[in-house]
Amino acid sequence: MKLKAFSAPYLVWMIVFIVVPLLMVVYFAFTTDNGEFTLEYISDVGQYANIFMRSIWLAIIATIICLVVAYPLSYMLSRMSKHTQSTMLMIVMLPMWMNFLLRTYAWMTLLGNNGIINQLLGMIGLGPFKLINTEGAVVLGMVYNYLPFMILPLYSVMVKIDKSVIEAANDLGCNSFHTMFRVIFPLSLPGVTSGITMVFVPAISTFIISRMLGGGSNLLIGDLIEMQFLGNSYNPHLGAAISMVLMVIILVIMTVMNQFSPDDQVLI
Amino acid sequence: MENIVSLKNIVVEFEDGDRILKDISLDIKDKEFVTFLGPSGCGKTTTLRIIGGFLEPTSGDVFFDGKRINGMPPHKRNVNTVFQRYALFPHLNVYENIAFGLRVQKVPEKEIVRRVGEMLELVNLMGYEKRSVNRLSGGQQQRVAIARALVNRPKVLLLDEPLGALDLKLRKEMQTELRKIQQALELTFVYVTHDQEEALTMSDTIVVMNNGNIQQIGSPTDIYNEPENAFVADFIGESNIINGCMPEDCVVEFTGRRFECVDKGFSPNETVDVVIRPEDIKIIPADQAKLTGIVESVVFKGVHYEMIVDGVDHKWMIHSTKFEPVGAMIGMAVDPYDIHIMKKVEEE
Ligand SMILES: Nc1ncnc2c1ncn2[C@@H]1O[C@H](COP(=O)(O)OP(=O)(O)OP(=O)(O)O)[C@@H](O)[C@H]1O
Ligand SMILES: [Mg+2]
Repeated sequence: MKLKAFSAPYLVWMIVFIVVPLLMVVYFAFTTDNGEFTLEYISDVGQYANIFMRSIWLAIIATIICLVVAYPLSYMLSRMSKHTQSTMLMIVMLPMWMNFLLRTYAWMTLLGNNGIINQLLGMIGLGPFKLINTEGAVVLGMVYNYLPFMILPLYSVMVKIDKSVIEAANDLGCNSFHTMFRVIFPLSLPGVTSGITMVFVPAISTFIISRMLGGGSNLLIGDLIEMQFLGNSYNPHLGAAISMVLMVIILVIMTVMNQFSPDDQVLI
Repeated sequence: MENIVSLKNIVVEFEDGDRILKDISLDIKDKEFVTFLGPSGCGKTTTLRIIGGFLEPTSGDVFFDGKRINGMPPHKRNVNTVFQRYALFPHLNVYENIAFGLRVQKVPEKEIVRRVGEMLELVNLMGYEKRSVNRLSGGQQQRVAIARALVNRPKVLLLDEPLGALDLKLRKEMQTELRKIQQALELTFVYVTHDQEEALTMSDTIVVMNNGNIQQIGSPTDIYNEPENAFVADFIGESNIINGCMPEDCVVEFTGRRFECVDKGFSPNETVDVVIRPEDIKIIPADQAKLTGIVESVVFKGVHYEMIVDGVDHKWMIHSTKFEPVGAMIGMAVDPYDIHIMKKVEEE
């Protein structure tokens, strides 16, 4: 049982950094400042239903756009020669080498009312358009930042699809469309579900992107939680309650997603 | 009978410049069972891929039913393939794998049930319908691959070593079954194997390949009895192959002696391969024989003994029902028509 001894540090790590904080969130959500049990904060979360709806809605849109953009891209990538594949993967990963905040700042200057995009449009006599501080800008920020998290799982599932299976489908009468629909898509489902998870979860809880690109008017759950802990409306109990509700929502959505993935591939 | 598939001067080169097929021309007749036979790497799979449409020849033409079909994608060809490495759909169970082609063609559900059922029975996989193909043995997967292609009843079925993973008994059963189906449904089978016995028992026509070239095309008896060159003779059945030369018509010289034979038309003193089947060598008393040797080993093979006889300049393999002990000095005789003279193949 030496192996068990080796896993001890990880166990400790998991308890200290995952289990304990989770328990603390639950504890804070159900107690008052004096440590008495209360459901007040949980019921208060209901006031923010519209923010929840907006967060879920924007995260869903961003996830769908990521999927639609990443799917054909990943497929093309997976069918390229090995050498081209590694070069292309590097290009996909390139933006991730830069800090998340810097990348988002870059979009602020691009999208601003006097930003580069509006200036360029102005030269051909269009605009200026209101680009920044819109829901669209928030979604754009999400897509831009999380697209690689969709491409990677899709790509890694797709490279494993054997060329001979595609040939077998052609042999049995499938044109490209049928092959995609009957063989490639079903075989790439595990990648689709894990890609969706990896984009949807961070997108629904983001707060930097919405603050920087959405202005004050497009508050998301992440911003709301942050405000309870660091902002002027300091209230860690409410923050914990909102976090808990968010976690439950994510859990429910992921469980539903798992129903669509093959038996031997479970996400959580 | 007319030709269903014709290959004309097919050449295949891969990027690295290797010539894998060197000018292959071949006619396959409708409803015929044709077997490609040859050693590993000789280009059998490559030739099938040309017919199936998965590979475009570097040069040359492919005809199907008289029409040139170069460039036609696989799904438009009335051809199905049993792939050498099965290539089953991992996300579908046994039943759905077999039903795949029928579903693509939008065959009515009732007929799908019936035809898939027939196939399951044929390949002996009843009760496995719901099983995931990832949890099948190699032999079972191979049978699913056969059923999946055969269920579509294509005009031409390409089978790339379809019985390779089966045990001997099942293989024999499947050989008989496949032959029966081919004849009953009047399909054209293009069959690849490197098992010469399988080729001899199943085929109407055998195409012997080596090194990207066709060595001989003929019926099993032709190929066995009249091999065109030493390679074919050696590959089909067992043979004694000796260097010789032809001083004149109907006379051949090997191991320093002259023998009467029936072949003619060689240039004077042309060097040739002399091929003699082990069962055509008769054992006679040593003092009456032109060829003599000492028995080196004897193995009992059921019907006959296989003996290796050391004749100093050549070791002879003999199949005989007569037993001779190791160390015995024996004489060997061959009838003139059992001495096969073959032109030397130029090695590239
Ligand atoms: N895509 C490819 N690129 C380069 N060379 C290839 C390619 N495919 C096959 N070859 C080469 O072509 C030759 C013939 O291959 P092929 O698969 O046709 O042989 P085969 O007769 O089917 O052999 P086996 O009995 O082992 O299946 C081999 O030498 C192989 O290395
Ligand atoms: Mg092969």
